[in-house]
Amino acid sequence: MHELAITRNIVAIVDEKAAGRAVRRVRLQVGRLSGVEVKAIEFCYELCAEGTSLEGSELVVEEIEGAGRCVQCGERVPLERPVAVCPCPERATLSIEAGEELLVKEMEIN
Amino acid sequence: MCGTCGCSDGNQTTITGEQGDHVHVLPDGTVVRHSHDHDQEHAHDHEHQHAHAHEGGHRHHAYGPEAHGATAAIRSDTTVEPLEVQILAKNDRLAERNRGWFAGRNVTAVNLMSSPGSGKTTLLERTLREVERPVSVLEGDQETPFDAERIRATGAPVVQINTGKGCHLEAEMIWHGLQTLKPKADSLLFVENVGNLVCPALFDLGEAAKVVVFSTTEGEDKPLKYPHMFRVADLVLINKIDLIPHLDFDEARALEAIAQVNPSARILQVSAKTGAGMKAWYDWLDATSPVLREATA
Repeated sequence: MHELAITRNIVAIVDEKAAGRAVRRVRLQVGRLSGVEVKAIEFCYELCAEGTSLEGSELVVEEIEGAGRCVQCGERVPLERPVAVCPCPERATLSIEAGEELLVKEMEIN
Repeated sequence: MCGTCGCSDGNQTTITGEQGDHVHVLPDGTVVRHSHDHDQEHAHDHEHQHAHAHEGGHRHHAYGPEAHGATAAIRSDTTVEPLEVQILAKNDRLAERNRGWFAGRNVTAVNLMSSPGSGKTTLLERTLREVERPVSVLEGDQETPFDAERIRATGAPVVQINTGKGCHLEAEMIWHGLQTLKPKADSLLFVENVGNLVCPALFDLGEAAKVVVFSTTEGEDKPLKYPHMFRVADLVLINKIDLIPHLDFDEARALEAIAQVNPSARILQVSAKTGAGMKAWYDWLDATSPVLREATA
């Protein structure tokens, strides 16, 4: 359940930037290949936010689809899992282009 | 229509789950999920859809139906501040501090990760006895000191980091562990991570290399089940090869599974129990060490 540690980090980042102002909403980008469960972050969020400037705020998570590019054929391949091999005949390596995001995008404050 | 957020007719929104979880598929294919409690009783087994367009900043669901016009506007009494901060930035920063600490002392840190029962501690015990150089251990464990006691019996300095309910080691724990362990200059340091194939994959500790131990008793498809862990590995050690005659372990399938998630990982097959293949593992450790790299340069 590393999402608890992840969520604590999110709250700490925003709480510091808010500098005492009340936060109404926090927006994240979480890639589908990042290894982090959005549901688990949502589960931990309210608890972690308690007693901070994020208390009572809404969490909005934008999930980013995974995609890789084949180093041989150049094809951009949508990825549901972090698999590193292209389905092309060469079965070449895919370099992952999207889906590994773990970012606090913005906060909305009063 | 949802009385809390006002989601109703429109396009491409579905409600799934029991807690008011919403999944939006935006025109560019981005999937947005968020949740809030619905204070009205209504069934959630239907698809229902939004009237507003999602663009640019995606201002999602200011509370209350009034926020949903053709474009959901920012409420005038709030301001949006861009942050663009990596969630794991703090851990990554502390990992860099550890890396600097290791570099300054020429300590080669190896992060050992695996599921529980892969034989990681047995592998480490044998390695500590057979490696001919100063070596110490940071032992991560959830509750018990048993593994640290086994390591201590080999004569190697060891510091136990009890993570309590934590499922992984973080860079800051390593930093504190180092202050107590004080590894010698020009030495090898093993970090035995918490037995877990999920969480430790995300946390950089400042190590020189990540090694994943995977035993023949675990099934060949483990790399596909835990791709995040195998993706970050510099080296995969397939352990317990002495048991292969008694198992249905398909070696080719295991190698293929590793290659699918991490084509560049080195793979070595060992038995920590019989010592088979261990020489290649020690050679790999030597090659990873900055001491020998400088000596041969």
